Amino acid sequence: MNCRQAQPLINPSLDGELDAAGILELEQHIRDCPACALAWRNAQALKKSLKQDALFFPAPTELRRRIKAELRSQVETKSRWSFWHWDWWTAATTSVATASLALLLTVTLNRPSAPQRLTREIVSSNIRSLMANHMLDVVSTDQHTVKPWFNGKLDFSPPVKDLAAHEFPLIGGRLDYIGGHSVAALVFHRHQHVINLFIWPVNEKDSTPAVPPPLQGYHVIHWTNAGMTFWAVSDLNEKELMEFVQDYEATGLLK
Amino acid sequence: MDDRERLKAFEQTVLPHLDAAYNLARWLAGNDHDAQDVTQEASLRAFKFFGSFRGDNARAWLLTIVRHTFYNWLRKNRPPEIAGELDDEALLVEDVSVNAEAVNLRVADAETVHRAIAGLPVEFREIVVLRELEGFSYKEIADLSDVPIGTVMSRLARARRQLRKNLAGEFKTGGAQ
Repeated sequence: MNCRQAQPLINPSLDGELDAAGILELEQHIRDCPACALAWRNAQALKKSLKQDALFFPAPTELRRRIKAELRSQVETKSRWSFWHWDWWTAATTSVATASLALLLTVTLNRPSAPQRLTREIVSSNIRSLMANHMLDVVSTDQHTVKPWFNGKLDFSPPVKDLAAHEFPLIGGRLDYIGGHSVAALVFHRHQHVINLFIWPVNEKDSTPAVPPPLQGYHVIHWTNAGMTFWAVSDLNEKELMEFVQDYEATGLLK
Repeated sequence: MDDRERLKAFEQTVLPHLDAAYNLARWLAGNDHDAQDVTQEASLRAFKFFGSFRGDNARAWLLTIVRHTFYNWLRKNRPPEIAGELDDEALLVEDVSVNAEAVNLRVADAETVHRAIAGLPVEFREIVVLRELEGFSYKEIADLSDVPIGTVMSRLARARRQLRKNLAGEFKTGGAQ
């Protein structure tokens, strides 16, 4: 090793980025070369000069307090909003009168309700999965690999089922991100069509399948069962998607 | 996860790195007031995008956001400080001439070092702080500042060279004991 090779290695060596063989060669060279030994000492002195607690600025207590308070108030404001939206959406389904009122409010406020936003998010997620090369994180012609694959990736265990017997074969799954949390997405096929089934836990009562208006040509059906909410989305027609949903609910869990 | 749980998770994984965030912002901005603004904005932004945090290195993730926030802030508030693109390639050849400055560098006191770092261009301050004060590896710095690892090494070497010069200047003017 000559000086030209040795000098660029001095700092990486002190930074712990040089492999053992490199360190050995460098040390050998430094032993025989006063100029490089000086460069080494200087580099070391510089590092020592920088390793002083007084150079580190910890966050002022007041700043920490302010950030926490601001985050809290953001969360409080937001949760009041979403509660309100959800509330009048539920009311809207109970009577035509409140439905038109809700519509009026929606138009007036120009803000989509929580379920509408969720539907939109589900549909975009479905489209993204079709466009980008991101349909499947776990490919499985062997469906038994899908369920264990989710273990440790989510803080819940999605009920994975195969509907091959009903001509909706499970082809795999992936992690997705809906409404601010990680969710399980199971992917099924029917002929050339893809069905994305999004699943995540909710604190809601069971509900029968509901069919919001199709969005951008995609049909969406959602329901809640045993603390899990399910959103199926596909370019399949509504009738076949409903068949899928019914088959899914009627089929036992994959062992 | 609802918003309250999300906040709780954020407070547990990200906020413990607020010191690191402020430290970087403080060195980049150069004063407490601007550093507080940058840190606060970055923290709120981090919470907004917390959903996209999948990794295991919350400190690097937060500091990436601090860095972005700072450069946006700099563009708005102090455009002249944004120098032209650093010529990161010119280094390796240049650095070998380090022999030319055959000075013996002593370990300097914190105040002297502070002045020497503060006198560096912003990109050099940044890399010195990330490497020496925050202790990130070359790879982490490369990911954090979105440059190739070779650029990290050459930029770091140039920053140190400049820092040595600044320190040598401090010694001459009697700034160091």
